[in-house]
Amino acid sequence: MAEFILDVNGAQLHVNAPADESLLSVLRNRLNLTGTKYGCGEGQCGACTVLLDGRATRSCLVAVSSAVNTKIFTIEGLEQNGKLSAVQQAFLDEGAFQCGYCTPGMILSATSLLHRTHNPTEEQIVEAMNGNLCRCGTYPRIVAAVKRAARLMPAKGASR
Amino acid sequence: MSLRDQSMLEFVRDSAGEASRSVQLDRRDFLKVLGGGLLVCLTHSTARTQESGRIFGGHELPKDVSAWLHIAADGQVNVFTGKVEVGQNIRTSLAQQVAEELRVPFASITMVMGDTDLTPWDMGTFGSRTTPTMGPQLRAVAAAARETLVQMAAQRWQVDAATLTAADGKVTDPKKARSFTYGELTRGQKLVKLISGEERLTPATEWKIAGTAVPKVNGRDFVTGAHKYPSDMVLPEMRFGAVLRPEGFNATLASLDTSAAEALNGVQVVRDGDFIGVVALDAYTAQHALSAIQAQWNVPAQPSNEGLYEYLKNSPETGDDGGPQHVTGSVAQAMASADLKLENQYTVAYIAHAPLEPRAAVATWADGRLTVWTGTQRPFGVRDELMQEFRLSAAQVRVIQPDMGSGYGGKHTGEAAIEAARLSKAVGKPVKVVWTRQEEFTWAYFRPAGLIEIKAGIKRDGTVVAWEHHNYNSGPADIGTPYAVANQLIQYHPANSPLRQGSYRGLAATANNFARESHMDELAHAAGMDPLEFRLKNIADLRLRAVVQAAQDKFGWGRMKSSPERGFGIACGTDKGGYVATCAEVQIDPASRKVRIRRIVEAWESGAIVNPDGLRNQVMGAIVQSIGGALFEQILFANGRILNPHFAQYRLPRFSDTPQIEVVLLDRKDLPSAGAGETGIIGLAPAVANAIFAATGTRLRSMPMTPVHNGQEKSSVQFQS
Ligand code: FES
Ligand code: FES
Repeated sequence: MAEFILDVNGAQLHVNAPADESLLSVLRNRLNLTGTKYGCGEGQCGACTVLLDGRATRSCLVAVSSAVNTKIFTIEGLEQNGKLSAVQQAFLDEGAFQCGYCTPGMILSATSLLHRTHNPTEEQIVEAMNGNLCRCGTYPRIVAAVKRAARLMPAKGASR
Repeated sequence: MSLRDQSMLEFVRDSAGEASRSVQLDRRDFLKVLGGGLLVCLTHSTARTQESGRIFGGHELPKDVSAWLHIAADGQVNVFTGKVEVGQNIRTSLAQQVAEELRVPFASITMVMGDTDLTPWDMGTFGSRTTPTMGPQLRAVAAAARETLVQMAAQRWQVDAATLTAADGKVTDPKKARSFTYGELTRGQKLVKLISGEERLTPATEWKIAGTAVPKVNGRDFVTGAHKYPSDMVLPEMRFGAVLRPEGFNATLASLDTSAAEALNGVQVVRDGDFIGVVALDAYTAQHALSAIQAQWNVPAQPSNEGLYEYLKNSPETGDDGGPQHVTGSVAQAMASADLKLENQYTVAYIAHAPLEPRAAVATWADGRLTVWTGTQRPFGVRDELMQEFRLSAAQVRVIQPDMGSGYGGKHTGEAAIEAARLSKAVGKPVKVVWTRQEEFTWAYFRPAGLIEIKAGIKRDGTVVAWEHHNYNSGPADIGTPYAVANQLIQYHPANSPLRQGSYRGLAATANNFARESHMDELAHAAGMDPLEFRLKNIADLRLRAVVQAAQDKFGWGRMKSSPERGFGIACGTDKGGYVATCAEVQIDPASRKVRIRRIVEAWESGAIVNPDGLRNQVMGAIVQSIGGALFEQILFANGRILNPHFAQYRLPRFSDTPQIEVVLLDRKDLPSAGAGETGIIGLAPAVANAIFAATGTRLRSMPMTPVHNGQEKSSVQFQS
């Protein structure tokens, strides 16, 4: 056990954990940030996706010790002053979920994609999101939501 | 018993069969449940309603309106149902139906679901039963409540109730331009009223809230991460548990050393017979402790997926009556006089549900009472399992089911609930258990594998005159042909499954429809007829004909002919009140034999549509999910071990596997609404197989179409993503 200071959703959080515990486990089980989901623990499903310095990252594959000194954003951190992010709003508007368990990971993967590529083509969306599984099969709506978010997003300064 | 009854029987058998040690319903009870119980919800005759006390194995559906619905003084309406929300959107669609009949704004409804303390007993959420049974039940409840509220207002004003109107949460006296809100009438008190079964329900043609695309009620919580799934539950003082799994199925423990685990800080090892679990202060340590346990197991030799289908055919379930059999006319005679005969075998592998949220439970004991939050499609079934396991009365157990990360028929049972309860009892603290993906792939249950043999004969003009269909193990759901065939012999042969098997979205309808629709296609080609024309020639059912024609129009069937690079296929079917026709376009690289599904058009009809947006989402999701079982999902196993219990080894459909999908909905406002969560899954596999045949002349008769044998993909085509 060691103490780590994590920068999560803009707050400095102190946590005691073994250095090799996954960031996913720390977020869910020690910091009670349960919006980030466990789907496989093996980097295969994307349910655990968070942003590390703006990049979509599988938190199940990241040791907590290596998440220190990065800016971590989870699904809980996207809403600002009661306003959903463009990607969140687009998922809601398209009804791009069924059980919704994949949704946080999907939204963060899409956020990361739109951060890098402002107006992604369908192929770019599929490529960027292909590591995220939706067992309910809502892929077509998710693609539509990502396209809608691209339209909703301000051209510059889309920081999250 | 008709074949339809048999397939309904199957879903109960599948589901409750898994929990048979605790749910003491035998086959006859199931029939009673199906013969009378569910009808109580469907029928509006008083006689039937009064029978309700004798059904559901002693579970009576309450007739008191107040058991189902409560109106607070501020007009907020709570509706209680034992059904559960798993992504199929019934939290929204049921609320729409109540709002409609009660005449209140949609936003005033809160659905309280799947809580054994708060909601009336319910058999479970499966078999596409919510819309056709719970829908009418709650509509009758709401209509009865509305009638009562009108009566109450009439009494307060001393006027004839017939002169009053109910709308928008108010009873109004139009003559005097006065009104009471529902809250003013009830003042939060229970409504005293029995459901008579005579309530006048609003016809779908007059629906204003039902029938519209109301967005998912708590949708916002799913995009903010605020929604708490079963695996997200946290209680004060909660500990984390994990369970030691045997090395294989039917293994016995040879030796055990838990000392290293016990030496870890805060770890308790719990042993109860063959059950060995650990409890720790945090999840990391629980897993760590588990891996510190030294255990040796003896695993007996067991069948593998090599030679599985012969095994199933040769291993009939002992003591069984041979399964349902359906015979009309004489297949033997009709075959003798047929102009063209065809006989083939089709296979379907075991597949996993793989819900993205694995099984999870949080259990706590207080004052001899057990409360468990868990992800299950049968909260009352899990309560029964817990009662049995811990020798408790119903009053001592509460099961709460937060809207979960889906199930697809895979979460009928209470394994995680029992494990969490056992560990919690041992350590005297609340305990959470969340299965790992590997556990979910190994220790849950599977969609049954099966072998299907079909023999058919046709006349020169394309009329099917003889049809013989045998299903070994996979199940009787939708085993009967929807085509008008004079001579039929149809039989389901239950087998001893080497793997634990159970319910699955669509049940065996997927397998039976795959075999049947592939075989119909083979017959059409053999007769030199267009596969769609061939089907229409043999369809008498107008609803089936309507979806075939709707798919044909949207797809533009016949406008292009299949070529070696491009194939077109069609399949159709009906099950659980839903009608489906699917057209597929595949693209093939003739050199590499790589196949890609380009486009799917699926036409769907399930009576009056309650929520077109939710319905479209369900049908589309079923199509996408079906890609996996059709093309590449397959559980590999040997000697009691699952060989591919990881997403890296068990391929699920991804974005890149998803073709262009167009869903055509037919709204039959003149027909009762049927469930739509399942049957949309049955069309894709045969449509794709038929399209591949049309392009290549290669007939793929297995699901998945790229099966693995001896570690090799054994298929003449490859599916590209
Ligand atoms: S939980 Fe991290 S990728 Fe599946
Ligand atoms: S909505 Fe259920 S897994 Fe994606």
